Amino acid sequence: MRVVGTGTLALLAGSLAAVAIAAYPGLRRADAAPEAVRMAAGLKPVTDFARIKNKDERAVALFEEAGKVLQSPRCMNCHPAGDRPTQTDKMLPHQPLVVRGEAGMGAPGGLACTTCHHEANFDAARVPGNPKWQLAPIEMAWQGRSLGQICAQIKDSKLNGGKTMAQLVHHMAEDELVGWGWNPGAGRTPAPGTQKQFGELIKAWADAGAACPKG
Amino acid sequence: MNAHVKPAASTALSRRSLLKAGAGLVLATYVARNGVAYAQDGAAAKSVNIAPNTFLVIGQDDTVTVLCKHIEFGQGPFTGMATLVAEELDADWTQMRADHAPSNPVLYKNLLFGVQGTGGSSAIANSYEQMRKVGAAARAMLVAAAADEWKVPAEEITVEKGIIKHASGKQSGFGALAAKAMQQPAPANPQLKDPSAFKLIGKEGAVTRLDSVAKSNGTAEYTLDIKDPGTLTVLVARSPRFGGKVASFDAAAAKAVPGVVDIKKVPNGVAVYADGFWPAKTARELLKITWDDSKAETRGTAQLLEEFRARAKKQGALVKQEGDVDAEIAKGGKLIETEFVFPYLAHAPMEPINAFIHWKGETASARYGSQFPTPDHAAIAQVLGLDIAKVELKTILAGGSFGRRAQQSTHVALELAQVAKAIGPGRPVKLVWTREDDMRGGYYRPFSLHRMRGVVRDGKIVAWSDTIVGQSIMKGSPFEAMTMKNGLDSTAYEGSNEIPYQVPNFRCDLHQVDVGVPVLWWRSVGHTHTGYAVEAFVDQLLEAAGQDPVEGRLAMMADKPRHAGVLKAVAQLADWKGAKLEAGRARGVAVVESFNTYVAQVVELSMGQEGPVVHKVWCAVDCGVAVNPDIIRAQMEGGIGFALGHILYAQQPLEEGRPVAGNFDSYRSLRINEMPQIEVAIVPSTEKPTGVGEPGVPPLGPAVANAMAKLGLPRPTQLPIRPGDTA
Amino acid sequence: MAAFTLKINGREHQIDVDPGTPLLWAIRDNVGLTGTKYGCGVAQCGACTVYVDGQTVRSCSLPVSAVGKSEVTTIEGLTSKEAVAVQKAWAAHDVPQCGYCQSGQVMSAAALLGLNPKPTDQDIDLAMNGNICRCATYVRIRAAIHSAAKSLEG
Repeated sequence: MRVVGTGTLALLAGSLAAVAIAAYPGLRRADAAPEAVRMAAGLKPVTDFARIKNKDERAVALFEEAGKVLQSPRCMNCHPAGDRPTQTDKMLPHQPLVVRGEAGMGAPGGLACTTCHHEANFDAARVPGNPKWQLAPIEMAWQGRSLGQICAQIKDSKLNGGKTMAQLVHHMAEDELVGWGWNPGAGRTPAPGTQKQFGELIKAWADAGAACPKG
Repeated sequence: MNAHVKPAASTALSRRSLLKAGAGLVLATYVARNGVAYAQDGAAAKSVNIAPNTFLVIGQDDTVTVLCKHIEFGQGPFTGMATLVAEELDADWTQMRADHAPSNPVLYKNLLFGVQGTGGSSAIANSYEQMRKVGAAARAMLVAAAADEWKVPAEEITVEKGIIKHASGKQSGFGALAAKAMQQPAPANPQLKDPSAFKLIGKEGAVTRLDSVAKSNGTAEYTLDIKDPGTLTVLVARSPRFGGKVASFDAAAAKAVPGVVDIKKVPNGVAVYADGFWPAKTARELLKITWDDSKAETRGTAQLLEEFRARAKKQGALVKQEGDVDAEIAKGGKLIETEFVFPYLAHAPMEPINAFIHWKGETASARYGSQFPTPDHAAIAQVLGLDIAKVELKTILAGGSFGRRAQQSTHVALELAQVAKAIGPGRPVKLVWTREDDMRGGYYRPFSLHRMRGVVRDGKIVAWSDTIVGQSIMKGSPFEAMTMKNGLDSTAYEGSNEIPYQVPNFRCDLHQVDVGVPVLWWRSVGHTHTGYAVEAFVDQLLEAAGQDPVEGRLAMMADKPRHAGVLKAVAQLADWKGAKLEAGRARGVAVVESFNTYVAQVVELSMGQEGPVVHKVWCAVDCGVAVNPDIIRAQMEGGIGFALGHILYAQQPLEEGRPVAGNFDSYRSLRINEMPQIEVAIVPSTEKPTGVGEPGVPPLGPAVANAMAKLGLPRPTQLPIRPGDTA
Repeated sequence: MAAFTLKINGREHQIDVDPGTPLLWAIRDNVGLTGTKYGCGVAQCGACTVYVDGQTVRSCSLPVSAVGKSEVTTIEGLTSKEAVAVQKAWAAHDVPQCGYCQSGQVMSAAALLGLNPKPTDQDIDLAMNGNICRCATYVRIRAAIHSAAKSLEG
């Protein structure tokens, strides 16, 4: 895995668009396939941002740092803009074909998440698991969105499941399904940093006024 | 629970009568065995005694069990052989059963190969007369027995739906007369029915598959299901590179896994013996092995492709030449050049490779889905140092093959006997390959490249050149002498040397390359790539010539009536000329003969965001007399789905000699949501029947490519079409 | 190794295995029910489909230690009216070719009809695409599910 800076974030959204276009047959070969989504290895601590005096600028910088987590495949794969999750570090369409269904757990009569995903990761079968395993609701779709758009969505209580900022910070820092991102099982690159660091970044962002990156 | 097959009670033997009707119809010694026979209602899966030296067993309960010399792995020989026998025997379909014949090259040889084996879509082709004669002879003997019993002339006796009747009102089922029938002389050349009298052969709905019920309720028994008492599961750690050897290994951690019984070095690697699959797999992962790769193949497919491309620039060994291609090119018509690259493909049958043997010291008994029992049998005997007469080999149902289980190298039989030998006699062993072992274990469809050149002048194709670079399947195998001419493997060029089109200047040449990757026939063998190369290229040339794909082909097929027949039939079925297509959709066509069966397909597709979406496929097939029309349709349907999955997604890339794809996430298989609608027309024919297991595969790929071209996209020159879609 | 009691098809089975053993291998090697097949071991092919408390589960992806007191149903214990209809339709359409995946196909199809008595083609795609058939018997699987649904309308 390559270690890259925050510049990767824009690349990520770009590469998603590239999937849609480059997937056209005859144009895409293995050697020209979109690069695997790049992931940062670590997160900068909140203290690194203290030198940014402008509050909004600081909030934006903090969110961009936290965005390395939000836009890692571990989070993005289950925040699709359509009905189908993606999978692996390459963020390929989930195989087999599964769709969100009403509760984000699969179509009625179709494949439920729980057909394969159980309470815990099962590395012997290379299948990840978590007690809360499910798709994020469609209003929380992140794939194909810019970090600024994701930020605006996260803050909007109409789109974030009615969470207050405090609840949001708690969710990011404590939720066990969010926490799975750092414990994704063998063969999957974990989200950068730790959930604790991520929670601190989100809290600092909220404390700094929760400004969002532009675009 | 009913997954077990109850062993037949020994007393059942005396209650059963047997009818001799083997090859040459000589009475053979009856040897009691327990077996599983399959019946359309699933009932016969209870217990049936089979006589290993006959083709036919008639039970006192009127059941008729056909012993099938071909392995049943879905292509339908159980039902096919039973249809042929039942037709001439005038049996009722409900009384028919089928089971595999044991290994015996004298009685059960494939008449096309000279040894017992299944392949080349040959089951019906080589058994059509033989099995009808078995049925007819048995019928004659039953009638003679009835005549004797009832004291009436044999000519006055009729047989219908399993009932033997006389005008006097006397009647009997087969079972009651079977013992007496066995005393009758077997007619050397029994009278066969005129096809106009057929009640089962070629009749829609007359038969249903004998194995459907058992395969729908979990009772069908495959090798993985064998659980003879004391059986150990064996997994072998093999070199990650082909040709690698064990330099040294440390088994301490592996041996400590509960359930592990032993660990032994074997010629292919290190074998783990355990009570069950999971301990064996767990332990195998704990083995520390250092591999000696000094003799291993270390090239990757990217490097092979470069080497193949370099070779293709020059002419290879001449396979066929007519006219003068170079002179025609020099004349300066429209020269069209293209290259087609075909990846290594795994067969990936649903049931990975496995095999069972119980070596008892003086004798041995093996059971598994052996597609070539004769060479397998000899290999087992040789490794165990036993006379072949002391070794028993029984073929059982296999979960697919697509060519994988037909091993001219006998590598599975050898490995099976080696793991049995390594642990010593008295320990039944079940050798199991994991899915990853199977995917990465080699025996692939050869990596191949075709460099095509063609000249179009005045709206006609006037020159055609195909330079092939590929690996030989047959070189070094026992079939080498039979299948190779002038040192060239015909399976590398079959279909490219004899194209169905009249082109005045023609050349086909081959660079036969040695690569240290074991290769094998893969459902339709050479036609998997030659069919694509020829049919995509002819379409491209016709496009350049401004001709319709169907009309243009037909115009060059004056001396190929059966190719033309299926092409016309599929064009009619699909309404090629008249159909109004939805916006964004296009159609492509292709026609390929393989194994003397002619298949044409029309594909209708559109481009989805992720690649081609095939909506419908029309298929016309000419396989001579259609013995089981519904099985022919099923094989076309399955062949189309199998082909589509592979041309879209499948490849086995090698990195520094190591196969990359390990499971269905990296070797993607077609799923039901991607399966097109399919319509099949069977072209009526009185020609000798030919096979259908493979010929449905080759036309699909080029038909997809040709439909894509209609949408203005390039015909894919490197398969698969969507290589980036896998993990 | 640890002792577990698995309730399969209404019967209790005592087994002693590594807790991380996939349910698939406990069913096949320890309990001895072999209708449930191994095809991939990574929840890609569906050949190992069973029901756990009535819900379809790939038994290769569930460790024995996670089964607890749940009721497991395998192809051998399949008795629902939907299952009977599916199996009849499977024979009537001669769906199976090699047959190795078909236990899983039948399990998934019967479960689908239990939840959705009149599935559309799209419903069938969503329910059945997790079951790979290398023989590609999909045309007949689809037709047989529609037939079974019709037969249940009764």
